[in-house]
Amino acid sequence: SQSANVMSPRELSLRFLPMLCGVTAQMLEEGSTLLRRMEICVAEAEKRNGKNTVNMQETFTVYLVETRPMDAVAEGRNQAPDSLWRRYSEFELLRNYLLVTYPYIVVPPLPEKRAEFVWHKLSADNMDPDFVERRRVGLENFLLRVASHPVLSNDKILHHFLIEEHGWKEVVYETGFQAKADSRLRALSATFRVRNPDKRFMEMKHYSDELQSHTSQLLRARARVADRLYGVYKVHGNYGRVFSEWSAMEKEMGDGLQSAGHHMDAYAASIDDILEEEEHYADQLKEYLFYAEALRAVCRKHELTQFEFEMASQELVSKKQQHEELSTGIVRTFSFKGMTNKLFGQEAPEQREARLKLLEDLIAEGEEDVQEKTVEEHVERAWVDMHRFKEQKDKDLREALINYAVMQISMCKKGIQMWSNAKECFLKM
Amino acid sequence: VGHLFCFREAGLTNGTPVETSSPASTSSLLNRLQLDDDLEADIRDPYAEAAETRDLFVTVDDPKKHVSTMETYITYRVSTKTSRVEFDLPEYCVRRRYQDFDWLRIKLEDSQPTHLIPPLPEKFVMKGVVDRFSEDFVETRMKALDKFLKRVADHPVLSFNPHLNTFLTTKDLNKRQGLALLSKVGESVKHVAGGYKLRARPAEFGAMGEYLDTFNQKLGTIDRIAQRILKEQSEYLTELREYGTVYSSWAGSEDELRRPLEGVGGCVTTCCGALEDLGDGMSQDILPVLREYVLYIESMKSVLRKRDQSQAEYEGRLEAAVLRKQEDRTPMPLEVEKCQDKVECFNADLKADWERWQSNKRHDFKQLLTGMADKNINHYEKCQAAWESLITLLQDKQTEDKTSETN
Repeated sequence: SQSANVMSPRELSLRFLPMLCGVTAQMLEEGSTLLRRMEICVAEAEKRNGKNTVNMQETFTVYLVETRPMDAVAEGRNQAPDSLWRRYSEFELLRNYLLVTYPYIVVPPLPEKRAEFVWHKLSADNMDPDFVERRRVGLENFLLRVASHPVLSNDKILHHFLIEEHGWKEVVYETGFQAKADSRLRALSATFRVRNPDKRFMEMKHYSDELQSHTSQLLRARARVADRLYGVYKVHGNYGRVFSEWSAMEKEMGDGLQSAGHHMDAYAASIDDILEEEEHYADQLKEYLFYAEALRAVCRKHELTQFEFEMASQELVSKKQQHEELSTGIVRTFSFKGMTNKLFGQEAPEQREARLKLLEDLIAEGEEDVQEKTVEEHVERAWVDMHRFKEQKDKDLREALINYAVMQISMCKKGIQMWSNAKECFLKM
Repeated sequence: VGHLFCFREAGLTNGTPVETSSPASTSSLLNRLQLDDDLEADIRDPYAEAAETRDLFVTVDDPKKHVSTMETYITYRVSTKTSRVEFDLPEYCVRRRYQDFDWLRIKLEDSQPTHLIPPLPEKFVMKGVVDRFSEDFVETRMKALDKFLKRVADHPVLSFNPHLNTFLTTKDLNKRQGLALLSKVGESVKHVAGGYKLRARPAEFGAMGEYLDTFNQKLGTIDRIAQRILKEQSEYLTELREYGTVYSSWAGSEDELRRPLEGVGGCVTTCCGALEDLGDGMSQDILPVLREYVLYIESMKSVLRKRDQSQAEYEGRLEAAVLRKQEDRTPMPLEVEKCQDKVECFNADLKADWERWQSNKRHDFKQLLTGMADKNINHYEKCQAAWESLITLLQDKQTEDKTSETN
């Protein structure tokens, strides 16, 4: 279904590109990200019918992903872009793959699955054209962010996603990423039992909680404000009607009243566009609400790797101790084996040898496991990306706030215009 | 009777202009300029002329509370400046309470039954519900009393009424109060006694009655809408305040973003203040005037009724005289002719007053609605200024950062 926007999807994406994506010429210069080589956009949305996993008919939306080599664009060759259709669920699959494969990266979020923080006029229906349109913009934004990321943009699966329509899902599953995903339980356990997590990461995790809390509070409050503001504007429409009725019984005052009434109607109607535009601001806030979660995921991954390192270290110490006890016969700590040995006599030399050998193998394995390297690698890479994220966030949100102020100014100007028009009519009464 | 038709003034308030809310803003300045321009172009309201010929200026201000053993009440200063010969001195200054204004109105109604007397603000207020001594209530009432007195002083006939003179000049009005109560009872009895059956009410008076009824309805609707808007704005304000605090609390957990977030929170707070002012302005300046017009309509309707009565009386006497004439051939009695004169006089006075009332109404509503528009414009201007200064602040910081980066 063709969107009824005045701006074309391309214009819309170009307009919001600096705002939503934070991708500047400067960024394109640094590092050769995918976006530098390829122009990407999510051009359209369409409804499809098909069978779902339980073989029932369903209606869903597909999005057209268009790509074009950057040099073709630069040379002005009006080449038709390559394109393919993707569903939201495929975007989700891509993202899940990236989350598992790059646990040290703050992975850009997708637009929301269901409409949340709605104020009364907005439909919470996923099929609503406005919702679909905003989702289209959000999906494009996701791709642009991923494609401009110094690490993520090099991923082969990402490239496939953009270019190979069929068989992409199979390729993703073949990577076996799902098996690498950390179990929730294990991650939770790590959070509670880790002993020496990196302080910076704990601070960052705390910050991610704050960010999430504040953005969601703000989104809720904004929705309530929008609801009330809508009411204020719409009630003014009643002036339009009563002025019109009144004007019918007046002589000199009639014309002035009548035209003033029209301006009151216009004023009441103006709130629709104003609030529609504000939705873009809400979408920017939502992006960072979801980004907060991605940030926390990186911190949790650190907790998990640190915890696993601690556990493995502990295991190794214990094995070494057992080995020592067994080889020297000196019991340092209490153990049942030690007790039974004392009570029932020591085991036979062959058994003892076997056990020593086993322990030595385990110790060798353990020493490989206990690679502080894993923890350090994650910390290093994550720290770089978290720093990159922070700069991006500061820049994006600052611009979002400025644009919000611009929207407010525009609303004030419109209000002044309407009331001035009405005033002119009153003066003619 | 002839002089009534000469005065086409709009019954504008003499003395200080009514709009006092925003002295320095460009829009109110423009408003005053525009209003003058408009009035010069308007042939029906020779404001400039009338101002020059005006020779009686009255003002009501300076409310003061008086506490005595019996009661507590408010008095207002009534100042008069005049060059009229009917007054001994060129200036007077007396203190009056609401009761005194009420007395004046009753005396005017009694002595000038064919004229429309402007209304007073409501007499009775429920003690538990409204604070009679609150600043807002006293202020609103005082403005209404000022308007009342100015309208009387601007009226070509009423302003020459001896009771008005007494009201404006006598130090102690209390002695007259007793007489007022008696005379009021007398008059009302007289009015009820007359029959209401009319042969043919002249169409124009019928139309007046219909107009007043419909206008009353419209005013009621406008009042309801204005109140609804106030309610919605108040609820919006509550949410907006909360919204502002979220920005400020978020700022606490940020470093680079702290300034922009605090800035936005600050702007929202400023807008809350502006909105509050708008609401106060509406309830103090707009709503009372609407209600006052409802009272005005009631006064007008009562005058119409009196006119009807006087016509009914005349018709009754005429009928009786005609019958007698048929019987004993006596000439038309003098009193019937007197009655006829009375009706014609009443009709003429009423028509003139109606025109004046219509003109006043037009001016008053023009001022009221323009004032309402100005308040809204002013509100948006304040908000716009706040947001614009935020952008300047943030963009300055941005260029500041950029230059420090390149340096």
